[in-house]
Amino acid sequence: MLVEAGHYALALALGLSLIQFIVPLWGARASDPVLMSVAPATGLAVFGCVAFSFLALTIAYVSSDFSVLNVVQNSHSAKPLIYKISGVWGNHEGSMLLWILILTLFGAVVALAKNSIPLRLQANTLAVQAAVTIAFLLFILLTSNPFTRVIPAAAEGQDLNPLLQDPGLAIHPPLLYIGYVGFSISFAFAIAALIDGRIDAVWARIVRPWTLGAWAFLTLGIAMGSYWAYYELGWGGWWFWDPVENASLMPWLAGTALVHSTVVMEKRDALKVWTILLAILTFSLSLLGTFLVRSGVLTSVHSFAVDPERGTFILGILILFIGGSLALFAWRAPMLKQGGLFAPVSREGALVLNNLFLATACATVLIGTLYPLALEVVTGDKISVGEPFFNLTFIPLVLPLLLLLPLGQTLAWKRGNFLGTAQRLYAVFGISILVTIALFAYEHGGPVAAPLGIGLGVYLVLGSLNEIVTRSWSKGTPLSVAWRKAANLPRSTWGTALAHAGVGLTVIGIAATAWGVEGLAAVKVGGSVKAGNYEARLERVVPRIEANFREDAAVFTILRNGQALGTLESMKRLYVTRGMPTTEAGIMTIGLGQVYASLGEVEADGSVGVRLYYKPLVLLIWIGSLIMALGGGISLTDRRLRIGAPVPAKTAPAAPVPAE
Amino acid sequence: MVIWIILLLMTAAAVMAVLWPLSRHRSLAAQQVDPDTQFYREQIAEIERDRERGALLASEAEAAKAEAGRRLLRATGVTAADAFAALGEPALRRRRAASTLALSVVPIIGLALYGAYGSPQLLTHPPEQQAREQGDRLDLMTAVTQIETHLAQHPQDGRGWEVVAPVYIRMGRIEDAVKAYASAVRYLGPSAERLANYGEAMVLAKDGLVSAEAQKAFEQSAQMDKAAFKARYYLAVAAEQDGKVDAAKKAYAEILDTSPEGAPWISVIRQRIASLGGEQPVAGQADEPQIGAADIARMVSGLAERLENQGGTPDEWARLIRSYAVLGQRDKAVATARRARQALAQDGAGLETIDAMSRELKLTDAAP
Repeated sequence: MLVEAGHYALALALGLSLIQFIVPLWGARASDPVLMSVAPATGLAVFGCVAFSFLALTIAYVSSDFSVLNVVQNSHSAKPLIYKISGVWGNHEGSMLLWILILTLFGAVVALAKNSIPLRLQANTLAVQAAVTIAFLLFILLTSNPFTRVIPAAAEGQDLNPLLQDPGLAIHPPLLYIGYVGFSISFAFAIAALIDGRIDAVWARIVRPWTLGAWAFLTLGIAMGSYWAYYELGWGGWWFWDPVENASLMPWLAGTALVHSTVVMEKRDALKVWTILLAILTFSLSLLGTFLVRSGVLTSVHSFAVDPERGTFILGILILFIGGSLALFAWRAPMLKQGGLFAPVSREGALVLNNLFLATACATVLIGTLYPLALEVVTGDKISVGEPFFNLTFIPLVLPLLLLLPLGQTLAWKRGNFLGTAQRLYAVFGISILVTIALFAYEHGGPVAAPLGIGLGVYLVLGSLNEIVTRSWSKGTPLSVAWRKAANLPRSTWGTALAHAGVGLTVIGIAATAWGVEGLAAVKVGGSVKAGNYEARLERVVPRIEANFREDAAVFTILRNGQALGTLESMKRLYVTRGMPTTEAGIMTIGLGQVYASLGEVEADGSVGVRLYYKPLVLLIWIGSLIMALGGGISLTDRRLRIGAPVPAKTAPAAPVPAE
Repeated sequence: MVIWIILLLMTAAAVMAVLWPLSRHRSLAAQQVDPDTQFYREQIAEIERDRERGALLASEAEAAKAEAGRRLLRATGVTAADAFAALGEPALRRRRAASTLALSVVPIIGLALYGAYGSPQLLTHPPEQQAREQGDRLDLMTAVTQIETHLAQHPQDGRGWEVVAPVYIRMGRIEDAVKAYASAVRYLGPSAERLANYGEAMVLAKDGLVSAEAQKAFEQSAQMDKAAFKARYYLAVAAEQDGKVDAAKKAYAEILDTSPEGAPWISVIRQRIASLGGEQPVAGQADEPQIGAADIARMVSGLAERLENQGGTPDEWARLIRSYAVLGQRDKAVATARRARQALAQDGAGLETIDAMSRELKLTDAAP
């Protein structure tokens, strides 16, 4: 019965969203605060309905109610509790419901922020947000109903796709969706500003935490997804330039640009129109990602269901929102007031450059992702655009961006001095070059990319932290004073430094993959496979039976130069209900590197194919991402008002350029 | 009944969420703080604090304050121009219109969408027994899991396999049941009953078709025990499926003759004989209401008609061929296979499906 009530609540949420869309917009036009105040109330009510609905579905999963089709198709009574819960969003219908749950949750948070958001802006924002909710509620109710019943109830469920039976499923989608959907709030604020024709530093201050929060969660979500693919798929790779991964990378790149341009806007009241456009584009890319993943255009682990009707529906939503918002932008943006002026060499100038590089990088990923699809539609040829394309286009765009990053971070606002800035980075430059040379000398004849990349990473880490040092310490300052000064620096400064250092760590991790080694052999018990200095000796194969799968676990002893380091287990599983085999890689972490063993086919003579990798510093890729997100979070807690402290010009600035 | 009250309450709460803010016009008309001007006031205060802390130089602070002050003036101007029109007749009318909208839109959309896409019929006839079944199933599941764990460690325990096999059949895991019976036969040695059960599982796995392998099991079983009715019954069915109607009739008759009085299978066998055109079953004997031969024939002819008129998937064609074979209408099975080959001439994979089915059913004369 709860299931039916949950379904009804979803239908009610649609009706309420319609009210939330119409009444506040009308109120804002008529300047009627009473009508506008309907927005927060309905925002909360819609969230209540959707949360109830989500709860009803979760209870159906936990209690294995096999009269619900969605539960039958994706659950099993013998499945561990955590996968029963995470299974709720391990399928198309449930994941869309999670999407809406987060969307309405954010709407409710905006609704609760009573005294910090001007009423008119709040009303318009919630109305725009309601429009997004309506579109997705219709999508769920009409094409992807999670509450479809089967009467009489099935005796047993068909189990969840084994690849998804992993703690990763409990973490990755919610993080990613918080990121995607968080940008919908930035989008709603941007459209509200366009509707009202007003945008200023107040707007930027309100939007900043949303953008930063969404960005931090998206960073975590992508990093988590990458690590999950790394250990679950058994290929030892962590990024494949797969269209589904690109679908999350594109909003991330645009979101990164947005985070930076909002800073300029809040501090200097400049770059307004561009920021609005970025907010629109970022959310559009999130929608595009949803379309690519959910429509069945692409086949991958993520495309739970292939259904042309759904694809068409999402394409409709996509065209409506992207087209509509860009049209509104074209119409209203010229009416916005222009912002402040700044010289080309300045923090603002550097941030504009950052935005240009990021936007271009995002465009190349977009082309690399959509071109094969378009080609297939037009000519029917299937091509795959993979690593070579992105290495040739994406990397050359990101490299200068990374090289300029510490410089930009060091430049002063409004008018900067390039030489002076470069001087402050001399030491950083020197150390990085020394590190690179030392690595070259040490490895003599190894891959060129690794030392260069690591040098770049070191430069980024030191360059980011350099700002903290130069702002708190100068020659002669006692360390205790410097330490206190550093601790008193604004949290946003620390956040910036940490996030940028995180980028550096990730770059080091990526560069070090060039040093990775692998070995492949078919081994019997007692035999071993080698990768570089590392060796895995197969000790025994143990069969096991768990509630919903059986597995053969191969136990290896890992040796480095003949010395045993410990044991590692790698599994081949068979999930009984779906009859689907999976490989569970065995991973041993040694410092920041990992030994990774994955099982292949079992040969007729009883030997097992084993692939062994040693990946030095590989953990830095994800640790760096975690630190990036942490930096975003720290910056987010800084609720100080940002004040641009312009230095009075000693000489007239050479040629101020308008912000837009 | 309770559920209707719950749905009613939910609707009422949803409508109230809209009506409530519409009713509170007085208190809201004047917002205490205007976040717009508040922002710049706070900013100026912050500049003062920063200067006191020494984070800003006096000259910087002055410049920043001047800029914030300019923006504060601008914002105040906007707010002043933005006088709210919350009072008077038009506002009242707007409020009424919004209330009407909420009172109509929310319940109508809710009920219409739920009515169209939900399962409101379940609200009046709740499938109560489901909860009870769920309890039983959980017990069964734990038992099966325990046995499976035991068998994984002691795969040579034939008795374990024999216990779990019928449970698999009940759970619909037929393939597992076949494997379990095979293991039971291997480790406990063949016996008439075991072989017959093994064969029966294989027949179930093939949707009622007695495959060559199953037939072998039944033959072995019948050799070991002349009175093994199950094996003899399936051998007769096999004969029927091979188109040997007379042999089948004779076999069925023999089973009837040797069966003890009141054996449970007698009615089934009489029906088989009747469907082969033998003597009519004695009225009153068919004590269980089963799907009769006539029903099956009707379903099959329905499928045949649809495939003939509208075409269908290779699997549907294959199902029809198999149905004829199971009914013992071998000629029709052959004809259907030929017809399917014409219909699926453009479909390579489809043709393979049909060929595989023909091979399985030993329909050699249907080959192109």
